[in-house]
Amino acid sequence: MEFGFTIAAYAVAAVLFILSLGGLSGQESAKRAVWYGIVGMAIAVVATLFGPGQGLGVVSVVLIALGAAVGYQLATKVQMTQMPELVAIMHSLVGLAAVFVGFNADIMINNMESLFAANDLVLGATEDGSFTAIGLPKEIYEGLSSFGQLIAKKSQVEINILKVELVLGIWIGAVTFTGSVIAYGKLAGKVDSAATKLPGGHLLNAGAAGLSLIFTIMYLGGSGSWTLVLLTLLALFIGYHLIMGIGGADMPVVVSMLNSYSGWAAAAIGFSLGNDLLIVVGALVGSSGAILSYIMCKAMNRSFISVILGGFGGPAGEQMAVEGEQVAIEADGVATALNEADSVIIIPGYGMAVAQAQTGVAELVRKLRAKGKNVRFAIHPVAGRLPGHMNVLLAEAKVPYDIVMEMDEINEDFPDTDVAIVIGSNDIVNPAAQDDPNSPIAGMPVLECWKAKQVFVSKRGQGTGYSGIENPLFFKDNTRMFYGDAKASLDKLLPMID
Amino acid sequence: MKIGTPKEIFEGEARVAMTPDSALQLQKLGHECVVETGAGAKAGFADADYKAAGVEVVKTAAALWKAADIVAKVRVPDAAEMKRLREGQTLISFFSPVADEDKMKAAADKGATVIAMEMIPRISRAQKMDALSSMANIAGYRAVIEAGNNFGRFFTGQITAAGKVPPAKVLVVGAGVAGLAAIGTSTSLGAITYAFDVRPEVAEQVESMGAEFVYLDFEEEQQDGASTGGYASVSSPEFREAQLAKFRELAPEVDIVITTALIPNREAPELWTEDMVKSMKAGSVIVDLAAEKGGNCKLTVKDEKIVTDNGVTIIGYTDFPSRMATQSSSLYATNIRHLMTDLTPEKDGVVNHNMEDDVIRGATIAHAKEVTFPPPPPKVAAIAAAPKKEAPKELTAEEKRAAEIEAFKLQTRNQVGLLAIGGGLLLAVGLVAPASFMQHFIVFILSVFIGFQVIWNVAHSLHTPLMAVTNAISSIIILGALIQIGSSSLLITLLAALAVFMASINIFGGFLVTRRMLAMFQKS
Repeated sequence: MEFGFTIAAYAVAAVLFILSLGGLSGQESAKRAVWYGIVGMAIAVVATLFGPGQGLGVVSVVLIALGAAVGYQLATKVQMTQMPELVAIMHSLVGLAAVFVGFNADIMINNMESLFAANDLVLGATEDGSFTAIGLPKEIYEGLSSFGQLIAKKSQVEINILKVELVLGIWIGAVTFTGSVIAYGKLAGKVDSAATKLPGGHLLNAGAAGLSLIFTIMYLGGSGSWTLVLLTLLALFIGYHLIMGIGGADMPVVVSMLNSYSGWAAAAIGFSLGNDLLIVVGALVGSSGAILSYIMCKAMNRSFISVILGGFGGPAGEQMAVEGEQVAIEADGVATALNEADSVIIIPGYGMAVAQAQTGVAELVRKLRAKGKNVRFAIHPVAGRLPGHMNVLLAEAKVPYDIVMEMDEINEDFPDTDVAIVIGSNDIVNPAAQDDPNSPIAGMPVLECWKAKQVFVSKRGQGTGYSGIENPLFFKDNTRMFYGDAKASLDKLLPMID
Repeated sequence: MKIGTPKEIFEGEARVAMTPDSALQLQKLGHECVVETGAGAKAGFADADYKAAGVEVVKTAAALWKAADIVAKVRVPDAAEMKRLREGQTLISFFSPVADEDKMKAAADKGATVIAMEMIPRISRAQKMDALSSMANIAGYRAVIEAGNNFGRFFTGQITAAGKVPPAKVLVVGAGVAGLAAIGTSTSLGAITYAFDVRPEVAEQVESMGAEFVYLDFEEEQQDGASTGGYASVSSPEFREAQLAKFRELAPEVDIVITTALIPNREAPELWTEDMVKSMKAGSVIVDLAAEKGGNCKLTVKDEKIVTDNGVTIIGYTDFPSRMATQSSSLYATNIRHLMTDLTPEKDGVVNHNMEDDVIRGATIAHAKEVTFPPPPPKVAAIAAAPKKEAPKELTAEEKRAAEIEAFKLQTRNQVGLLAIGGGLLLAVGLVAPASFMQHFIVFILSVFIGFQVIWNVAHSLHTPLMAVTNAISSIIILGALIQIGSSSLLITLLAALAVFMASINIFGGFLVTRRMLAMFQKS
């Protein structure tokens, strides 16, 4: 097949990818959008497989088939509550693949250099007027792979740019790899989810980044591939240490940030390989992840930098003391209130995901709705450990999506609501964000559930949330604490709703 | 404790404060129940029914008052009953602490406890005991039924073979509990219903019942009903004028007027004046639910139905709940039962008269030889006060235009600024970079741009699927590996093969998981 045809196929694939992302603007169109993505990917892969310069086609197909089998297993076995982990671990694969592809490019450059040297030529030498002098005998040139031919035609400047690109690709890929693995570990509970730092903290990261820069310059100066290896090791360390320093509740930002990185890595590799489709898709993914991170940070009223550097800043002054006491309630009290209420808003959080209580919640909603009550969900943008985490869990439990509201849509409705139920969320319903200017989360937009006539908080014990701040909501007159594991509590509650 | 209910002595009163059903529930709380013979007869509950429910039936009122520790009744006790009230006894009934002040004092002097059903605070928790509301609900319903009984036409509009019937037009003044019940009944009978209330915040409730809220062209800081415990308060003379003008406009049109306007502890306000009655069509009906407090219409005669010279019927009955004695008795008895539940927290038949409890404290007007009226304000606000809405400032056309231009200018400045910086950077790159790089660079810049444009539109709830999709398509890196895998170097082939394998896991895993997630999103 001609090269021109491959490019044409890439153009089609690029359009399909854009449509695929654009289609996610609505639940119904999203179902079609996934197919656009799948078809686009199929076209791109097939066009490359049968395109010029491809070898070992059969091996590639076998490898793809193997990958498909593993991917299928992963995708069908995973529980919806484990979705954040799955997304994180998959990012690591892209990162690692980018590292490998980048190294291959470096090896290729070295091979070409030795090839040129064997023919008494210098790779990238230019004649007057900036035309590259290939000078290779025709049969050798034609024996090269298409990537080899591409390099052979490059001038010295172009080769340097190529090297910068592949350094970027490898570096970002390596950060993505270890970062994603750590994020996976934290989300899966295999690594302590608290923010931990090695002594030295940010300095260590900054030092590693500085060293990386020095190695990049050395690599460009022709110091050889060992600089590249060291640089990769440094990047691996940065990825590890950076994510270790970020706590569990900031994971939505981290995961979307890693998503963004994997895109930028792909784009950088695309530059070095001269492949436009890689560049297009990498840029799409990169900007998408960046926007998601931005949205998450805005929802927490924190800057991207402060999230990435980890942890909350110290309190700015004396925090308001919380007065009153937490009043506990049993399931029958909650049931009575629910039976009498006309309108109910449920605020789920990570606790619901941990306790796997979403089906119980959905059952409760079904029962209440069957009695003609107005039941809705209020979803805070950073509820859970992944952007949109709660939506997916509720969808899994067959909660219709049109009763699942965003914060801005529902916040004004709390004063007219009889009962608000908080299940496993804490900081996102903390009134201190509005009332106490000294609170570490001051200014963060929160769900104003305390304005409802009655609030029930399903919570495991009396502890504080991720940010470690007291929640005055729990001490309000109209709040009752429904202690216990969310799932067990719901199981107790359900038979009492009639 | 023994809870007793005597026969109501008040003339025409058919209700009874205990039903066989409520007696069963009271016994579950550990109490015993006793009724006077014939107490429930007018409400449709025979002595035999009470006996079947385990209630003792005694012959005389005297015996009942003697036997019972707690007397639950409907009407305020008369002089004879007051004599029977003794020390330590608890009386639960309608009991106006203002109108029956001397009786209240007498009861306190005796050392009896009096719980006045009128005084149950209007808070959410106490709704189940709010007898005023449950009775008002019945009154509202019955008012429409009485109106229909005296109205010579259908409520609903019909087009029949025998001719066209226009729908009746009903105006309900005062959208309290009774008003809302009247609205509900009237709309379900098919009438076109209008409703008015001085509290603009009830407009939503009115509209939810299917009636049209009558708005006044009047600008004044309206008092929030929440600050007065959900009741209406007195309005300014100017407001009253605007209101009457609106009613005068409506009077010739409406067929049925139901007035329910009451202000606590005051004479009912006059809302439907004589001239409005005169301008109404013959055959129209006015039901004045405020007749007991003098009526919202001055022509109303308490407890009677009159017809004016121009053929308008005015109904001034005050015993609407009693006219539906079975229904109102069972609701009232349930209110009492709920009150007893709160008074018997341990469910062991022992009354714990907890004066710390907002509801019990609020309703108790005499206790331990003291008059305990008026109660301190409840700790819980009756209704959450509506947040003061910032009235959106009416901008003049010029101001609006100016603001728009200002916003547009700002936007333009920002955009031009960003474009200038971005363009400058791009040009700077172009100065040093070779053309082959710039060809790819333009693709890159455009893709980033498209990405930004597209992603902003992604629905919030689809962020997880978005991540899964972008994750899947970021495995486009497989192309790079596929290009390299055919290389002559073994190391390259090996690394590329690994990359192909990993990327393809991602492609399939990512897309499949997205499909799985999206399939779950369902509309109700």
